[in-house]
Amino acid sequence: MGGPAGQAIGYAVGHAVDEDFLALPRAALADAALDAARRGGAQHADLRVQRLRTQHLELRDGRVVVAADQETCGLAVRVLRDGVWGFAAHVDLTPETAAATARRALDVAGTLAALATERVTLADEPVHAGVSWVSPYDVDPWTVDVADKIALLTERSTGLLAATGVDHVAASCVQLKEQTFYADTAGTSTTQQRVRVDPDITITTVDRAGGGFETLRTLAPPAGRGWEYLTGTGWDWDAELAELPTMLAEKVTAPTVEAGPTDLVIDPTNLWLVIHESIGHATEYDRAIGYEAAYAGTSFATPDQLGTLRYGSDVLTVTGDRTVPHGLASVGYDDDGVAAQEFDLVRDGVLVGYQVDRSFAPRLGLDRSNGCAYADSAEHVPLQRMANVSLRPDPDTDRSTAALIDGVSDGLYIVGDRSWSIDMQRYNFQFTGQRFHRIRNGKLAGQVRDVAYQATTTDFWGSLEAVGGRSTWRLGGAFNCGKAQPGQVAPVSHGCPSALLRGVTVLNTGSGS
Amino acid sequence: MSAPGAGLVERALEIAARQVPDAGAVALVREVSEAVVRWANSTLTTNGHTVERRLSVILLVPLHGGTGAGVATVPAPTALAAGPEGDAVIGEAISGAVQAARRGGPARDAAPLPTPTGDADQDWADDAGETSPAVFARLAEDLGASFRPDETSFGFGEERVTTTWLGTSTGLRHRWVEPAGSVELNLKDPATGGSVWGGEGATDVGTVDVAALVGRLRDRLPWGARRIDLPAGRHETILPPSAVADLMIYMAWSMGGRPAQEGRSAFSRVGGTRVGEKLGSIPLTLAGDPAAPCFGDLAYTPVLATTYSGDELSVFDNGAATGRVEWVRDGEVATLAYPRAAAAEYDAPFAAPTDNLVLTGGEEATLEEMVASTDRGLLLTCLWYIREVDPATLLLTGLTRDGVYLVERGEIVGEVNNFRFNESPLDLLRRVTEAGTTERTLPREWKDWFTRAAMPPLRIPDFHMTSVSPGR
Repeated sequence: MGGPAGQAIGYAVGHAVDEDFLALPRAALADAALDAARRGGAQHADLRVQRLRTQHLELRDGRVVVAADQETCGLAVRVLRDGVWGFAAHVDLTPETAAATARRALDVAGTLAALATERVTLADEPVHAGVSWVSPYDVDPWTVDVADKIALLTERSTGLLAATGVDHVAASCVQLKEQTFYADTAGTSTTQQRVRVDPDITITTVDRAGGGFETLRTLAPPAGRGWEYLTGTGWDWDAELAELPTMLAEKVTAPTVEAGPTDLVIDPTNLWLVIHESIGHATEYDRAIGYEAAYAGTSFATPDQLGTLRYGSDVLTVTGDRTVPHGLASVGYDDDGVAAQEFDLVRDGVLVGYQVDRSFAPRLGLDRSNGCAYADSAEHVPLQRMANVSLRPDPDTDRSTAALIDGVSDGLYIVGDRSWSIDMQRYNFQFTGQRFHRIRNGKLAGQVRDVAYQATTTDFWGSLEAVGGRSTWRLGGAFNCGKAQPGQVAPVSHGCPSALLRGVTVLNTGSGS
Repeated sequence: MSAPGAGLVERALEIAARQVPDAGAVALVREVSEAVVRWANSTLTTNGHTVERRLSVILLVPLHGGTGAGVATVPAPTALAAGPEGDAVIGEAISGAVQAARRGGPARDAAPLPTPTGDADQDWADDAGETSPAVFARLAEDLGASFRPDETSFGFGEERVTTTWLGTSTGLRHRWVEPAGSVELNLKDPATGGSVWGGEGATDVGTVDVAALVGRLRDRLPWGARRIDLPAGRHETILPPSAVADLMIYMAWSMGGRPAQEGRSAFSRVGGTRVGEKLGSIPLTLAGDPAAPCFGDLAYTPVLATTYSGDELSVFDNGAATGRVEWVRDGEVATLAYPRAAAAEYDAPFAAPTDNLVLTGGEEATLEEMVASTDRGLLLTCLWYIREVDPATLLLTGLTRDGVYLVERGEIVGEVNNFRFNESPLDLLRRVTEAGTTERTLPREWKDWFTRAAMPPLRIPDFHMTSVSPGR
């Protein structure tokens, strides 16, 4: 079984997996579970021990309303017997429970086998024995005194509350450390540790006389970083917070938008979410073949169109990537024990690939998985989940956002994400944003409000005229991408440059419904 | 593998009393036993049988100027309940919560912990409730028998038994077991592209008649044989109970009292809140009630238990008795959600978010009867991907899913394309022209978070479809 922190791979060398996780009886649990599974006739079995530590701090108007630490930990056993999956999990980390849990997983597979009209096969994968991986971060949030964290959020809150026009401030930070031990009957055993943080500050102004209110949120995305992200590494907080009240004041007094087809320059802080919904989910192979049809939905990008579907303009090249530094979906190995990798999804505007795990790769005719298995906790079974799906910047010209704006005579520059919604086949979507800046003759000319934009996925990406260069490329993302029943969440990032799209339908939402 | 829940709560409270004798303490153990089955393309996909147990300790620490609150949750394996190693883990969790409480300063929602009005629950020391994959025996048999080559079947079944032990330093001892389950089924006709969905909630998933559910959905599949393209716009629309539930649930989640008082909610108005405001002409009442007098399987335990403080809930209220809350009464906004401290601050009644929602006040008309009385309009199946566009008006967007049907002269004449809508549930209550008979329903969108609902179908004369969705 996997040794404690065996050989390390990848770019992460700064930290080791925490000693108290390494001290868990991982090898004994794996031996017990996998042996019980083999004895029960499983062709494949794997054990996961997964621990999540979360600290949630939330302040309202400078006062703490939530200061909560949570830790979850358990073991999960997945078996494949006669081509039928079985899964079970338990909170007790003892070899006896591990073996019993394996037997329960076999029992589940047997009880429901009559419903299985197809048999699962897994792609062959290289064995990775005794390996470990730790995500790159500087400061482990659990080494920082909670008083210092609260003091930082308090200072930022009170500073904003002192600004003219700011009536309320909500400040929060969720910090998470995820540790996973995986072992399977082929001999792979991996031990990993990931750290991520999600800071957020929202300011609100209230019109007491006329009624109504408006908000503005910081643009800093959640990131696969440590506490250093809160203090300036990877994000310029001082600059953003300094301009936030002014931006809100301008937003409140902005004229309402004129609806209709509009040229848009979309900032990476908004565009990441469109990529997530209209490309990330649409290129999940399990969705494309119906496995989420009753819940998360399917995809218009069906496998019969692989290699031919015109997804967007020639400018559109998109990759799946589980290796990008600080990406929320970056790992060393996925929850099938497959090494992380980067792969193409859309090349020069044409659909060329899907995200898969070991069970879906053979169905697509692939010899190998591209490493997209993930379970959000020990209580849940691994699924095909999203890689960091990212839009390539212009490879030839480092075009700035200002240069993209310069190409628009009458349009909008959209910054920050807010509301999002897309249909169950990933065709029709609607997004809003944090700020909408009017573009007149290539220059920004104040904000407008009440903006939503709607499009059909292929029309939208077909209207992509240009993307910014490498200097405009940023990672956005979320902690809580939802999928599956029972519901699971997954952290995922999306890198993208600024982008110019022509003639996108803009709605005015100001009149309510 | 039963849980020593009561013993763990007592142990945590003992250690808390020893470590921080001047603090209030809450100990909460939750054990969840869950069995699930999922299928797609008429074959089994995933399944599982899981047991999860957690201990949460909430420390309410006297500070200069008030009381601070800190929360720590740890896994609760069997070993945690006995021996020095378990005590050390519990002690560390308590220390963490105390530290967080002290660092966080006086809490705005501070209030004295509720005190007991009687003895500990009789079943306080009992083991946890359990479920197992065996509950799906009937479902597997009926579902497997229903698979046929001319249609594809997709769906999900789950049964979850949650056992909660709640103890406080003021002497409260409550234990309760809440089973909850559901079956969702989605049938597709590859020949027509038609897709239909239905679901049922139940406290015992073994009682769901899957064969009958399959039959009901098969009755609707032929409606998709004739396809009719309709443009976006305002259409007379009958919202079935599931769609109404998803809209009412989101509205109820938005009914925090403090945000309304502070002017940052759709329930704010100049100088106060919308409490007392008449919404529409139909005397609809939206209520939550632990006793659920008309829908027995919607009942829940009338004791508040939470590890989270926010605008609507407070950890200081753990153990408080909860009762019926009428959020909307006879067509008027009646109540907003306040923790006890905020209720005192705003001179409003304490009202915790309810775990069920029932909308009543319509006429004795079934969905079928409302269709029969429709000259021309749309009948929806359910709503999907509902998200807030504008919190000031509670404007939501989302999509129709798994069947939009055109009704002409009282008959369903074909299936219409899907739409994206932009609507506010507040506005819908202002514009509704007919409400039918209230029935138990399963919310399609929010089922993962809220399952206990009973709603009537509603007729909206001008439901706002803002664009056509090619998705089907």
